[in-house]
Amino acid sequence: MTILVIAEHDATGLRSATANAVTAARQLGMDVHVLIAGAHASAAAQAAAHFLGVTRVLVAEGPALVDGRAEPVTALVLTIASRYAYIVLPATAAGKNLAPRIAARLDVAQISDVIAIESPDTFQRPIYAGNAIATVRSIDAIKVLTIRTTAFDINPNADEPAPIEALLPIEDTSRAVLVRRELATSVRPELTAARAVVAGGRGMGSADNFRLLEPLADALGAALGASRAAVDAGYAPNDWQVGQTGKIVAPQLYVAVGISGAIQHLAGMKDSRMIVAINKDPEAPVFGVADFGLVADLFDAVPKLSNALSAT
Amino acid sequence: MKALVATKRVVDYNVKIRVKSDQSDVDLANVKMSMNPFDEIAIEEATRLKERGVLTEVVAVSCGIAPCQETLRTALAIGADRAILVQTDAALQPLAVAKLLKALVDQEQPQLVILGKQAIDDDANQTGQMLAALLDWPQATFASHVDVVDGKAIVTREIDGGLETLSLTLPAVITTDLRLNEPRYVTLPNIMKAKKKRLDIVTPDSLGIDVAPRLHTVKVTEPPARPVGIRVPDVAALVEPLKTHVKAA
Repeated sequence: MTILVIAEHDATGLRSATANAVTAARQLGMDVHVLIAGAHASAAAQAAAHFLGVTRVLVAEGPALVDGRAEPVTALVLTIASRYAYIVLPATAAGKNLAPRIAARLDVAQISDVIAIESPDTFQRPIYAGNAIATVRSIDAIKVLTIRTTAFDINPNADEPAPIEALLPIEDTSRAVLVRRELATSVRPELTAARAVVAGGRGMGSADNFRLLEPLADALGAALGASRAAVDAGYAPNDWQVGQTGKIVAPQLYVAVGISGAIQHLAGMKDSRMIVAINKDPEAPVFGVADFGLVADLFDAVPKLSNALSAT
Repeated sequence: MKALVATKRVVDYNVKIRVKSDQSDVDLANVKMSMNPFDEIAIEEATRLKERGVLTEVVAVSCGIAPCQETLRTALAIGADRAILVQTDAALQPLAVAKLLKALVDQEQPQLVILGKQAIDDDANQTGQMLAALLDWPQATFASHVDVVDGKAIVTREIDGGLETLSLTLPAVITTDLRLNEPRYVTLPNIMKAKKKRLDIVTPDSLGIDVAPRLHTVKVTEPPARPVGIRVPDVAALVEPLKTHVKAA
């Protein structure tokens, strides 16, 4: 039996979440095929062909697939789904949008946000914002999984690339049309793939004040993140949100600035290797998960810290 | 135009849950229950669409045990016109709920179904997409803005890296993200009015739907705890551990 991993890519190539998904798939002990659907698929296919454990890369292009809408991609996957025992996607916004649509059409359950594979049919996943871990066993013939990327490290590449096979294009019968896409451009690392994250909360006080975090992020080579409160207040863009319903991150270093630490926020960052918290409220729950806590006025502490780190 | 809005009764988002000592589940005894926050946003959005004259009727639906009627009364107090409870004591998983909702859509023939993007108990984020698949309708998940014009729903959605806008030919399924709207406070007069609104009760059997679970819960456990950290007195004490990090990079 074989596993199908559905890749995520853009004009610049494969997104790293795909590699995390392949690592998870390999743990199931079967051949792994990777499907790349959409525009700019060739470069991404070359990269996927070098992933350890991948034995075939499937490429599908054509107008129906260029913008990654769930309806045509589901239709494509259904043409080949019967060949597979597992369909695995990263639990990104795109993966979450797509996986349940595929599962329902196959009349199988979907297992969301898998953090550990115990056996071929038994998986661990967080529930209640990560305050409990459920171990679930699936009885379905085809298992559709989304995997939490931070729980599966990326493998080194294989020596020999896997063969690449083209799939037939599919017809576009979707009644959803992409009108526009507005993507933020940033010179910083991508939030979910960054080694370090500097995140601000409501304590930052304004969008202007959020810029105070930039020198610190520069000094640490960090991505910028935010709590839901900061995003809701308009201090930071929505795709910076770290938490239960935003992005789940687990960098080597997470610096929480002016973040009180609501359960929903902690759910998105508490698996980080080292957590540093700066908050003026000594009772802030964020100190409960912090390895290093500093009770201080962030407007005083953050510039001092940035200067001290840049000076070395 | 009619809309169906799905709502789920979940543990209130302020409650810190505990795992049962026999690891069978989380302990829900004497815990405050509320409407799933994303579903509240869904009801609010439908109510606003009705107030703008886009919709003529908003039907709230919930699937689960008898106390889900309270959740539906909240939906009626926010602005739904009537409600349907699919009553069952069975533990319902997203695929089963999507099938129940599809059966109700077949009966009610709405042009729009609005759901929360995920429930804050099982954090599955599946039901809306599954319903769209079963109906073969277009979907717009994680919506942060919705307009309905000329038989189309124009939906801005939150994606990795930014936003995208889709135009869906109705009928369609929309799931809500946090920033779609801020639900109104429910007023006492509206709570009183909600008590008089129609609430029908049906069962999975009467809809002809098999809700048997596909996933069996083996156990539910506490997540591993983080070791207790230290408080540092000043910025200088933070520099050293952070410098170590920078050097390792």
